[in-house]
Amino acid sequence: MDLIAVNIIDGLVTGLLLFMLSAGLTLIFSMMGVLNFAHASFYMLGAYFAYQISIYLGFWMGLLIAPILVGVLGAGVERYGLRRVHQYGHVPELIFTFGLALLIEEVVQFVWGKNQMPYETPEILQFTAFAIAGNSIPAYKVFMIFISVTIFIGLLYVLTRTRIGMIIQAALSYPKTVEALGHNVPFIFMGVFGVGTALAGVAGVIAGPVLSTFPGMAFVLGSIVFVTIVIGGLGSLWGALVASLLIGWLTTFAKSYNLRMEDLLTTLGFNKPEPIWDSAWQDLWTLTSPQVADILPYILMVLILVFRPYGLFGKRDA
Amino acid sequence: MNMAPQLVGYPALELENLHKSFGKAEIIRGVDLSVAAGERHAIIGPNGAGKSTLFNLITARFPATEGKVRLHGTDLAGMAPYEINRLGLSRSFQITNIFPRMSVFENVRCALLWSMGYKYSFWKIVSRSRALTEAAEDILDQINLLNRRELPAGVLSYAEQRALEIGITIAGGADVIMLDEPTAGMSHSETDYIVDLIRKVTENKTLIMVEHDMGVVFGLADRISVLVYGEIIASGTPEDVRADPKVQEAYLGAALEEEH
Amino acid sequence: MTDLTQTTAARSSIMPQVLPWVIALGFLLVMPLIFTSNSALTIMNQMAMTIIFALAYNMLLGQGGMLSFGHAVYMGVGGFACVHIMNWDAFFGLIPLPVLPIFGGLFGMGLALIVGAFSTRKAGTVFAMISLGVGELIAACSVIIVVFFGGEEGISGDRTYGLPFFGIEFLRQIEVYYLVVFWLMVSAVLMYLWSRTPMGRMANAVRDNPERAEFLGYSARWVRFYSFVASGFFAGIAGGLFAINYEILTEENLNLTQSGAILLVTFLGGAGFFFGPIIGAIVFTLLQTVLSLETELWQLYVGALFVATVMFFPGGLAGLLMLHAPAAKMGRLSHLAGPYAKVLFPGIIGTLALCCLIELTFHLRHASIGDHEMVLFWTTFNTHSPVPWLLFGAIAAGGLWLAKRGAPDMAEAFHEANVMKGAA
Repeated sequence: MDLIAVNIIDGLVTGLLLFMLSAGLTLIFSMMGVLNFAHASFYMLGAYFAYQISIYLGFWMGLLIAPILVGVLGAGVERYGLRRVHQYGHVPELIFTFGLALLIEEVVQFVWGKNQMPYETPEILQFTAFAIAGNSIPAYKVFMIFISVTIFIGLLYVLTRTRIGMIIQAALSYPKTVEALGHNVPFIFMGVFGVGTALAGVAGVIAGPVLSTFPGMAFVLGSIVFVTIVIGGLGSLWGALVASLLIGWLTTFAKSYNLRMEDLLTTLGFNKPEPIWDSAWQDLWTLTSPQVADILPYILMVLILVFRPYGLFGKRDA
Repeated sequence: MNMAPQLVGYPALELENLHKSFGKAEIIRGVDLSVAAGERHAIIGPNGAGKSTLFNLITARFPATEGKVRLHGTDLAGMAPYEINRLGLSRSFQITNIFPRMSVFENVRCALLWSMGYKYSFWKIVSRSRALTEAAEDILDQINLLNRRELPAGVLSYAEQRALEIGITIAGGADVIMLDEPTAGMSHSETDYIVDLIRKVTENKTLIMVEHDMGVVFGLADRISVLVYGEIIASGTPEDVRADPKVQEAYLGAALEEEH
Repeated sequence: MTDLTQTTAARSSIMPQVLPWVIALGFLLVMPLIFTSNSALTIMNQMAMTIIFALAYNMLLGQGGMLSFGHAVYMGVGGFACVHIMNWDAFFGLIPLPVLPIFGGLFGMGLALIVGAFSTRKAGTVFAMISLGVGELIAACSVIIVVFFGGEEGISGDRTYGLPFFGIEFLRQIEVYYLVVFWLMVSAVLMYLWSRTPMGRMANAVRDNPERAEFLGYSARWVRFYSFVASGFFAGIAGGLFAINYEILTEENLNLTQSGAILLVTFLGGAGFFFGPIIGAIVFTLLQTVLSLETELWQLYVGALFVATVMFFPGGLAGLLMLHAPAAKMGRLSHLAGPYAKVLFPGIIGTLALCCLIELTFHLRHASIGDHEMVLFWTTFNTHSPVPWLLFGAIAAGGLWLAKRGAPDMAEAFHEANVMKGAA
């Protein structure tokens, strides 16, 4: 029971982190119809920028400045890159963001090298917030949850309760009409792209110290974020939230409980072949849940796409 | 491709109590219509009457809320566009819908492939077939685009693209041709040109066309149906429809005066 | 444009269609006589396999409008299957090695049949996402399904255990080269012919306008599916050749990096033309081998080149070449040479100098402490003295400035060379 509580918290942290990325990604998608392949790269830039800033000004200034820098960079990418490629269609747009992801990774390696950066959690948060049956929950995790939830509520508030949110929502469905009403739609697009990437930046700032800051970090998370929004349904914010949490908990639980295929097969009445290393089924028999934890999201995605092509909450596709 | 004589006069297309709602708004409110084989039938109506919706219902682009569409007696409900096409119904689009990056010749040739029995074959080379090339050239000749054959379709003028659209629509040899506002956005001379073209290429075929501008259809259609607010208020020969007071009231009045 | 007799004449004569293939074949046969070293053979083998794979990939991207982020999987699975066959002595002893790639193709095709069944329902973003997900899934499976993928160290075999083929046992690299060339020619010709069949033509139509294609009697989904399966087959052939050439396959043959690389190759070469991927494969393999010997930063340059291509020349190298076809037909390419040289020459020098600045920066940041020397263009520089910085800075600024100044002239010359077309 206690372990479950710990896992729920851990899964929540992973899920909310994923959500910070997928929220921006799905928002950008529903607005421009383009999946930003480089989204996780902005997350990585967030971590690196924050690390660099934290050396001189400390963690908190990093948390403040790095997302802004990332957002400005993202807006610049939209303004001078994507908008140019947009005329050629969606496929070139996707290819462009893919190329950008490659390039950002190379640039990061160029500037900071291939090694992991010593980016640490701030000292003020290096204590145990509380303990569940001997399992201590570090304060930083609580802080991560706090930040993500705050951002989610803020986002929801802006989108549904403010004038600018209304304009954005209207621009999603009727860009021409909104433009005719005198709003600068290209500017709104740029803004949304900037905010989306800034959100990814925030995720990078707070995840960098725990998930380690290294040039492969975008790559590790990148495809999972895509899988998340495909599962949730392209363009759906709620779908992104549900899918993020689902994946967060699924992988956390699969990793912490060592469920073995052997037990399952024996229960089903199969006999274990002996010796196992000679059998063609050895991989199936020795399969354990921590082993497959990382591919569970992909399996889930394939299943969703086969049985419910629009994702959990999706209304439309590309 | 010519219609078997015994089929002339039998209904090619039947609509039975057709309804379509989008959310709470009912756009098509019970349409019954029968179009005889070999007939040129025009559906006209003011803007917002539901013409395009009706058109898309017939070609199963939208599913009907209620009612049936029958092509040569076969219910079209739930069929994919390609299945309907194979039953002998071909449609054009209101917004020009061609293959812009392919040459004019290729556009027509692609439209011919299925009806000439090529299906999904990958063991035949298309340029080796004399019959295919000749058929495509014949269509190009009919739509007067023979001298544009190697140009990418995307660079043609608007009227030429509309002509190509009609060419693609008739190429497959379907006996029921549906045209969605074929003259939309054209000048007077271009309109006359396209109407002549339509008359020429739909010889011996069933034609159903949706049109906003009734001047276009009066010389062309055998029968006209007038659609107003999702219902057909009159149906008959051009003269009957013209004389119908309901039609005069709902739609024709102002426009007719303009004509004469 | 009005000359109809010309096209009729072209149809009746087969010579202009066959000639490029004969030239290509002759070229491939002569190459090893000019470049005799083993490393040259290795590069040429790599190039040939990349060409097959890129052409297969372009059946999707260029011809079918389907962007795949996981196509390495089909080549990889074909390759893994072939290594397993190599290790299956009872069977491998009965078949000659040159037949082996067919099995690779069949396995690639088999996988494509399964995945294509659900992934080709839609093109565009959805297809791209599924391809990514499936690709990642299979790549991740390589460490789980050890029996087939061999875990982290992969699996290896020995090609020489096959039935000798007219006495050839494929011990030497040159023998493998001619085997690869044989399959390159066969695959390329078949893929070219595919693009001329009803299937190939309809793949173009579905790419341009799936809805219209549906109203012409073709199911867009089935057209995509068949293209996808065919592409899987040829990717599998490339995989089989990979297995023969390297005799080992690992997770690296399946992962996203590999899938991304083939996208890069194809797009760089130009997805819009059949020969685009061929150019792309040749250029990329050369960049990869030559550039990686010269600099650690080659991937940075390739990445920058790729992004620049997508932004400014979406037609790729082939598109750039074909842009000059009208001028070439009118015999006006010579008019372009002058203005082009005025831009390209300083432009290239300037870009190279810019790269030197990047190299200097990289050296300054990452070289071990006390290491102040680096070699650029056969000259040793001290990175801590201002001399190289000022030198390359001046060259870069000057070169790029000259190129920028010449650009309007170049654009005008290009316009003039094409102006006849508009008048006709």
